[in-house]
Amino acid sequence: MADTIAMPKLGFDMAEGTLVRWVKKEGESVNKGEVLAEIETDKATVEVESTASGLVRKLLVDEGAVVPVNTPIAIVGSADEKIEAAAPAAGPKPKAETPAAKAAVKTGPASPTTTAPASAAGPLKASPLAKRVAREAKVDLAKIQGSGPGGRIVRRDIEAALTAGGDQPPAAAVGFTPVIAVSQADESIPLTRLRQAIARRMTESKTTIPHFYITHEYKVDSLLDLRRQLNNMLGEQEKVSVNDFIVKAAALALRQFPNLNAVFQGDKLLRRGNVNIGVAVAVEGGLLTIVCQDADRKPLRQIAAEVRSMAARAREGRVKPEEIEGSTFSISNLGMYDVENFVAIVNPPEAAILAVGAAREVPVVENGIVKTGWRMKATVSVDHRVSDGAEAAKYMQALAVYLEEPVRLIL
Amino acid sequence: MARITMREAISQALWEEMERDPSVFILGEEVGVWGGTYAVTKGFYDHFGAERVRDTPIAENAILGAAIGAAMVGQRPVAELMTINFAFSAMDYVVNQAPKLHYMFGGQFKVPLVIRAVGGGGRQLGATHSQTPDAVFAHFPGLKVVSPGTPEDAKGLLKAAIRSDDPVLFLEHATMYQVRGDVPDGEYLLPIGKAKVQREGRDVTIVTYAKGLELSLKAAEDLSKEGIEVEIVDLRTLRPLDMDPVIESFEKTNRAVIVEEGWKSYGVGSEVAARIYEQAFDSVDAPIVRVAQKEVPLPYNRTLEQAALPQVPDILAAVKEVLK
Repeated sequence: MADTIAMPKLGFDMAEGTLVRWVKKEGESVNKGEVLAEIETDKATVEVESTASGLVRKLLVDEGAVVPVNTPIAIVGSADEKIEAAAPAAGPKPKAETPAAKAAVKTGPASPTTTAPASAAGPLKASPLAKRVAREAKVDLAKIQGSGPGGRIVRRDIEAALTAGGDQPPAAAVGFTPVIAVSQADESIPLTRLRQAIARRMTESKTTIPHFYITHEYKVDSLLDLRRQLNNMLGEQEKVSVNDFIVKAAALALRQFPNLNAVFQGDKLLRRGNVNIGVAVAVEGGLLTIVCQDADRKPLRQIAAEVRSMAARAREGRVKPEEIEGSTFSISNLGMYDVENFVAIVNPPEAAILAVGAAREVPVVENGIVKTGWRMKATVSVDHRVSDGAEAAKYMQALAVYLEEPVRLIL
Repeated sequence: MARITMREAISQALWEEMERDPSVFILGEEVGVWGGTYAVTKGFYDHFGAERVRDTPIAENAILGAAIGAAMVGQRPVAELMTINFAFSAMDYVVNQAPKLHYMFGGQFKVPLVIRAVGGGGRQLGATHSQTPDAVFAHFPGLKVVSPGTPEDAKGLLKAAIRSDDPVLFLEHATMYQVRGDVPDGEYLLPIGKAKVQREGRDVTIVTYAKGLELSLKAAEDLSKEGIEVEIVDLRTLRPLDMDPVIESFEKTNRAVIVEEGWKSYGVGSEVAARIYEQAFDSVDAPIVRVAQKEVPLPYNRTLEQAALPQVPDILAAVKEVLK
């Protein structure tokens, strides 16, 4: 019996993935667990392992195709068996779709190329309720992108389309596109899925979350001394970064300020029981937030080791889905670029994000005398629906206790 | 109103009905001198005497045959089966005689019989003594099948069952006798064939009963912490099945999970799901998911038994599945 390999679901909110590359070709043999293909999700490029051993009898989708999760992508079987039965019911083979063409489908009536529904999904699928709501609201189902399993259109999709307004792109599409004159010298670069995801999430965050910002300057002389002492004792692969101290300090301080470790839910606030610190990592074409789970309860060395290995995997595009999910508060550190101070955009559904600048040796005044000292600025961006300036300022003060007496972080 | 156990509530209902109506009597294995396998009839023998609390041989055919005969001539017997699994030994009486005599004799006889039976798994009683075959009995027209999930419902429904002129199979879950709840003192009757919303919510409808109610209420607490509010409809009676509260809830949530302890195939979940599709198709926003026992004879080994029975995490997963 031939086995069907399906587009895996990697992470809670993954609805589809792009098949970037077939590692195995039709006719090649594959063992269970061997890499069959590479797929790109909203967040990362991931290898798909074969769930069966045998010959790759048929590849059901083209490279570059956008495939809903659980949709069959390949058939693995023995050389002589018939595979018709294992193949999915007749339907168009998902074709490679340029992101531009895909965006055009999403934008609805404004675009000239919208007669066909999303071709990747085969026949149009909608729940009976979605059909009824669409009929009543006179919405054309063919113009709606389904968010249910296998791309099924469900009620929330119709409602989202109605909220977005008939002729406007649905909320998922990225902002406005101003009309511009294009010259020969210009180059059009299709957005990667990661870039699209960043664009979507940041637009959502900055347009729906009322941000406010608090900047605080920290004395980091002791922290830098302590780091130097520790790193003298640790091997090259174990060294602790300034950012690792900040992860630990931010996590401990959040225990005192649960409102900043929370999710805004309309009529209530969900305070998260765990403190999972997301650390923004620059990767090719965008950034990823790797997650240090329970950072408040982990020793500094463990935080350092985890962040180092996850960041390395993120840069190689080999990060595991669970390593980029579930953060409750994020930190973005541009200190290595000698940035004095900056502000970050809250990473939904979190309530706050800490933007950290470089530690700099600057003139400081102490007891009326000018001398030099090491200072580092950090700015917290906070969802004003969740918290207020005074609370955020107190959080920044609580952070000072840890950062300025850093021995507390290794107790 | 007192906070009492399921055992006390059932016992109270029996006691009150026997005090009220001299035609009510109890028969079964170990119900008299011993006070009942699950101690439901403790003290009854001394108070009501051997005439009205009758110990029988280990012969389910005899128990039910005698009870049906007594019912046909005007008594109101409450026959106890030590477990529902023993009903299979008397299947002809349960599904072929009791439910059909009124019909086949053109209404000349009534069969005001209550069969109390203990069912359900979780007590390591092995494959033949741990079953939850409720759906089997609910298949037959003419037999009312009641299975309460709270002490209050147990009292109100058992008293109503004893006063019913039709045969009623009253299913008690073996692991729920210690469940506590507020129960009205004295005269308290609930209509047979009425489902009840036991918890209000907006996101998903859970349809369940008996042990499934206990598990679903726990799951609801966990889900609430994640911002998911489930509505729980407790069927309470499997036949006649009251779909009105189910449909009303489903039209609000558009998504349903059905939780039962019996096997999934041909089960309560199959029936309820089919009726939702028949009666509320245009309100369906996601396929209905059933949570039920794994399709194996229930293992004796404790770990395997627990793995085969539906558990709270199964319900959590099912709710998340229908919310996709």
